[in-house]
Amino acid sequence: MNNLQVYLLISSFLFSVGVYAVISRQNAVAILMGIELILNSANINFIAFNRFTSNLEKLDGHVFAIFVTVLAAAEAAVALAIIINLFKNRGSVNVDEARELRG
Amino acid sequence: MGEVFFIGLLFVIAISAIWVVSSPNLVHSAVSLLFTLFGVAGLYVFLYADFLAATQVIIYVGGILVLIIFGVMLTNRIDKPVIESNSSNKIIGVFVSGFIFLMLSIIVFQTNWGEISNNSEGSSSVSLIGKLILCDYLLTFELISILLLAALTGAAMLARKKINE
Repeated sequence: MNNLQVYLLISSFLFSVGVYAVISRQNAVAILMGIELILNSANINFIAFNRFTSNLEKLDGHVFAIFVTVLAAAEAAVALAIIINLFKNRGSVNVDEARELRG
Repeated sequence: MGEVFFIGLLFVIAISAIWVVSSPNLVHSAVSLLFTLFGVAGLYVFLYADFLAATQVIIYVGGILVLIIFGVMLTNRIDKPVIESNSSNKIIGVFVSGFIFLMLSIIVFQTNWGEISNNSEGSSSVSLIGKLILCDYLLTFELISILLLAALTGAAMLARKKINE
């Protein structure tokens, strides 16, 4: 049960659920949650491959996963700043309504 | 015992991830994202990644999730009773993401990944990760620190109140 395929399967499930959120959600914060799911699935992949296809003294996948986590934090901060500006300017965070270049 | 716990973890992740993307209430989405992230941290424990599990709980659950809940609260009018989040393109979304999941599962089961059978339990990964970050990946580490600093400064600048307008 505890083998590589199970981890890859749950991570591809998380990835496709995140893609569904990005496609179908209209609220920008909900899209951001979908992106967090996608980044988490990438992290699971990194660590699962590191665990099952290299010996235990090599931990390069863990370092990559840490970098992905840092990028996710930076991305969430910038995205929320943009979303708050969008709300200030338009009064809603529906991404389908945000289609003007002029603020 | 560990087997049962592992399968339960997979179910928690799957069900709460589906609830994240399908709940009409954004606060419910954020709370079930909490369960998904905790479940992923549990998966890291099963993969002998103790440092990553702690990092996941601290940064994702303690930082990013709080940031997202702030976002939910700041971008909705208080006088509206329901925090709503509609979905559109549901059929296209289900079709596209189901297709992606199908393709990925076929790839997962048909590829020979070249697994090594190392059943030994690893020791703590913290010291090895520390050595890797400060030797092999030193430049990347410094670059990502600068990137994080720049992104946080930019975010603070974007979100602040304009003083002279």
